[in-house]
Amino acid sequence: MRVTFTVNGRRHEADDVWEGESLLYVLRERMGLPGSKNACEQGECGSCTVRLDGEPVCACLVAAGQAEGREVVTVEGLAEYAKERDGSEQTGDLAPVQQAFIDAGAVQCGFCTPGLLVAADELIERNPQPSDADIREALSGNLCRCTGYEKIMDAVRLAAARADDSAQEVV
Amino acid sequence: MEFLRPASWEEALAAKAEHPSAVPIAGGTDVMVEINFDHRRPTHLMDLNRVRELHEWEVGDETVRLGASVPYSKIIDELSAELPGLALASHTVGSPQIRNRGSVGGNLGAASPAGDSHPALLAAGAEVEAESVRGTRFIPVEDFYTGVKRNALAEDELIKSIHIKKADGPQQFSKVGTRNAMVIAVCAFGIALHPETRTVRAGIGSAAPTPLRARAAEDFLGAALEDGGFWDNGRTIPPAVAREFAELCSGACNPIDDVRGSAAYRRRAVGVMARRTLGWTWESYRATGNGRTTEGGAQCA
Ligand SMILES: Cc1cc2nc3c(=O)[nH]c(=O)nc-3n(C[C@H](O)[C@H](O)[C@H](O)COP(=O)(O)OP(=O)(O)OC[C@H]3O[C@@H](n4cnc5c(N)ncnc54)[C@H](O)[C@@H]3O)c2cc1C
Ligand code: FES
Ligand code: FES
Repeated sequence: MRVTFTVNGRRHEADDVWEGESLLYVLRERMGLPGSKNACEQGECGSCTVRLDGEPVCACLVAAGQAEGREVVTVEGLAEYAKERDGSEQTGDLAPVQQAFIDAGAVQCGFCTPGLLVAADELIERNPQPSDADIREALSGNLCRCTGYEKIMDAVRLAAARADDSAQEVV
Repeated sequence: MEFLRPASWEEALAAKAEHPSAVPIAGGTDVMVEINFDHRRPTHLMDLNRVRELHEWEVGDETVRLGASVPYSKIIDELSAELPGLALASHTVGSPQIRNRGSVGGNLGAASPAGDSHPALLAAGAEVEAESVRGTRFIPVEDFYTGVKRNALAEDELIKSIHIKKADGPQQFSKVGTRNAMVIAVCAFGIALHPETRTVRAGIGSAAPTPLRARAAEDFLGAALEDGGFWDNGRTIPPAVAREFAELCSGACNPIDDVRGSAAYRRRAVGVMARRTLGWTWESYRATGNGRTTEGGAQCA
């Protein structure tokens, strides 16, 4: 079957999609967007986290046909998405949350990073000043097999603090 | 495989009648795992996401009509006052990503004895509205579970909504697992005080082939509270009464040994959860006369 949906603001189409195929497979193997990672294919690790009509979901558990006509944001589009949302003159190619992950040393092998970035960015969008408990809760569906959780916590705190600073500058 | 995309409820019913072996997919958090791992190769996959009414809910005088596909995250955000037990249970499901997709309709469709919504539905009191082209049935939730991962739906039926009694008193939910997130219950327990009818209902999960009500425990506690005038005088429940209630709840279980826990452990843990959740709900009833538990997070046992 053919599926058509929007990914990172652009219309994408894929042909010959098997009916049982996941959104994750279509993104990675048919649309040339391998940023979302495939690890468990059972919703346990969160490395495939994308936004589907704004909601963070496991792309491995969405049937590709269910995404028909809908809006998907992947890690590849995160910088652009954040730029439009924040209306900031953000420079460089990275979303603030991505820069914070680098600055805080929150990336080891990097396999979990795309999913964490999408989840963390959505948290800060929804809750600009998250408590540690809020961060833990929001990231509870994302596993890091390098177990770098403390640095990941640091990175999210840093991203939130920076967002708060720049919001105050605007005011 | 064929992918069916009904745009309306009527179309969905017609498609299910035409293709009884079609597997409905709502949030996909059970179905997609089975497909990804080749445990299931249905002839037809039927996407329910386009059927708008399945994502809607309505708060009535006595009940909430919950569309089958309403995700757990919406129940937590929007219905924790009306359905506190179900909201607490929803909060323990999987992770944020799973709660954004997974639904009570899917939990009932899968009918796993470990499904977290079941103890909460049993305790609150609920009916499943099942529909086919032949008509509509309202199935009391206790009759809906017919075996391990089996339910009362006929092959041409779909779940339209779940009609859940609005809380008339405090409710609690408790679950045993190895961590807070992403845990299939070793066992789970839901309790609801119903001051209006002066009854208490208790639902047990993952401790028998199906979710079930602890009826003997409910009857015992109801009689003990009535005889002691507890609903009026609001006194603390005597330890002997709480203990007997807990033992009867343990006795209602018919668990198995498996990788997540032994039968003996499950029986014991259900008793502990029964005693503690009774304590929490009763304290909250005493504190407010008719207190409703509306806090978002489950209390730590
Ligand atoms: C990582 C992970 C963690 C999980 N954690 C938990 C947990 O903690 N607690 C828990 O209870 N569950 C858990 N689950 C299981 C699952 O998320 C739940 O059972 C959820 O409620 C399923 O809802 P869904 O909408 O995704 O169902 P789907 O996967 O879409 O469907 C499930 C079943 O119901 C049928 N169905 C769906 N809608 C209807 C309908 N309207 N009429 C008739 N049949 C229908 C489907 O055909 C299928 O058989 C977890 C799953 C994953 C992947
Ligand atoms: S690959 Fe989707 S959650 Fe692990
Ligand atoms: S950095 Fe290696 S999995 Fe997280």
